[in-house]
Amino acid sequence: MSLTIDPSELSKLQAHAEEGYPHEVVGLLAGDRERNRVTRAHPLINERADSAHNRYKVNGLTVMRAEMALNAEGLEVVGYYHSHPDHPADYSEYDRDHALPNMSYVIASIREGALADLKSWRLTEDRSVMTPEEIQQL
Amino acid sequence: MSVSIHIPTPLRAYTDQQSVVSVDGATVGEALSALTGTYPSLLKHLRDDKGRLRSFVNVYLGDEDIRFLDKEDTAVSAGAELLIVPSIAGGAGEDEAQAELPELNNEEISRYSRHLILPEVGMEGQKRLKAARVLCVGTGGLGSPLLLYLAAAGVGRIGIVDFDVVDESNLQRQIIHGTSRVGAPKVESARDRILDINPNVQVDLYNEALTSENALRIMEDYDIVVDGTDNFPTRYLVNDACVILGKPNVYGSIFKFEGQVTVFNYEDGPNYRDLYPEPPPPGLVPSCAEGGVLGILPGVVGCLQATETVKIILGAGNTLKGRLLLYDALNMKFRELKLRRDPDAKPITELIDYQQFCGIPGADDHQEAPVAEGFERIGVKQAKEKLDGGWAPYVLDVRKPHEAAIVTLAFADRLQPHEDVLAIADELPRDRDILIHCKMGGRSAKAAAALAAAGFTRLFNLDGGITGWATEIDTSLPTY
Repeated sequence: MSLTIDPSELSKLQAHAEEGYPHEVVGLLAGDRERNRVTRAHPLINERADSAHNRYKVNGLTVMRAEMALNAEGLEVVGYYHSHPDHPADYSEYDRDHALPNMSYVIASIREGALADLKSWRLTEDRSVMTPEEIQQL
Repeated sequence: MSVSIHIPTPLRAYTDQQSVVSVDGATVGEALSALTGTYPSLLKHLRDDKGRLRSFVNVYLGDEDIRFLDKEDTAVSAGAELLIVPSIAGGAGEDEAQAELPELNNEEISRYSRHLILPEVGMEGQKRLKAARVLCVGTGGLGSPLLLYLAAAGVGRIGIVDFDVVDESNLQRQIIHGTSRVGAPKVESARDRILDINPNVQVDLYNEALTSENALRIMEDYDIVVDGTDNFPTRYLVNDACVILGKPNVYGSIFKFEGQVTVFNYEDGPNYRDLYPEPPPPGLVPSCAEGGVLGILPGVVGCLQATETVKIILGAGNTLKGRLLLYDALNMKFRELKLRRDPDAKPITELIDYQQFCGIPGADDHQEAPVAEGFERIGVKQAKEKLDGGWAPYVLDVRKPHEAAIVTLAFADRLQPHEDVLAIADELPRDRDILIHCKMGGRSAKAAAALAAAGFTRLFNLDGGITGWATEIDTSLPTY
């Protein structure tokens, strides 16, 4: 199933990733899991100050608290987004190693401060690869 | 014992969409095994192929991260709640774990053979040590044993920061320096000893004080920073720079017969500011130069720091992250305090003026001081001139009796420790000048201030103390 993102939220994701350049930014994508639809892009703070240009990390409790707040608004977490400054929107081995299945991982390639590409990936059950999924704007 | 486990959203596909699963188990590990026994497809997402919890899978017992408890051996009671909370992580960079490790030559294999036959080290661990870059701030009491052992252990690159030169009074504990090197820069003396132990080590020297201006630049190139400093401003500076750069800070401190060791800022653990948000008032905690230190004490504490450093490099065992180890040499006891992150702590985003933060007066503050102090300050040379010219003050030594046993001024009238000086106020002359001295001039200034507050007006503090007198006036006297 393709991933659907509301245009306003896609703009928000894009602005976050471009403003954060040359560092990686990260956030939650929330909405309706059953329909794989995103109606909220929720920015988080990248905790990898030591290597923010090519790494991101958000503590599990922080993610859980953000998820609970979104749940309280009737939204479910559909996936996560992060940016790859001056790198393609393809997943890295490090991305795959830290991923879980049943979630969309949207990667925004930012080149010289501007969005160049956007792809969404899902980890397979056996964790061996991530497969692309189509992104639709509603 | 029945325990409930909270399942995160992405993994509910494997628990029939249940967000909470009840299982039996007496420890966290048993409860997780029971969970993956019932739902086997969870296993590969929670654990790696060696059976370890994946690095991004955090498990909480209530609000405590089990990494800060006994990890998977943490006991759980009936009704306990476990949370599986994955952090989210990734990024475009190559996987560090895949990065190629340097090879060992035959000389290195012989040299490190006692490490290589330990399964916890082995070839891979020894290569990790060779690839590791460790910065040691200070080559004093703590840095001495630490550097000797890190060099012997085969840490590939060691940086040392110190601006001091070797002094005779260092030799009682700073065992990396020898008598023949008195007067030499400490970093050079340390380097020569390190290379004698292990010529495979790359030693980088920073013969300068660590400051807010150079700290990030110097520390950036290293994986781990070891704090072997002896003062509060540098401790806060090392801590804050480590937090900003995301590097572990292996901390040690010593005083008289007691030491402290921990690992700060490592894998989401607490940092120095979680332990001490604010520095103590200046002068409250004496330095080793003022209070003294058992020479062997930094040997023990520095070796503990070296052990923690090597464990971090190897990824072996349990570090002191989240635990402050207290060592009492006089009673030969070790104790442990639990450290936590302060959830309300202000984020550390930049380096500040740490001298000011710790309340240490700058050069400008000194000039106004005499007005406020209620006593006069006099240097040793000026005092000598006045005395030669017939000045005959009452001379009060406010050091401790065991210091007076080392050396005294021949013309001193009375010994009374500075904190008890008011006890003899009635016996001190009010119609005569009183010259007060200690070792360096700090404690005597406190005594002078106390006497001024008690109404004494003819007070003179000997700036530089008996040490200044022995260095500049009467060089036949020893310094200590």
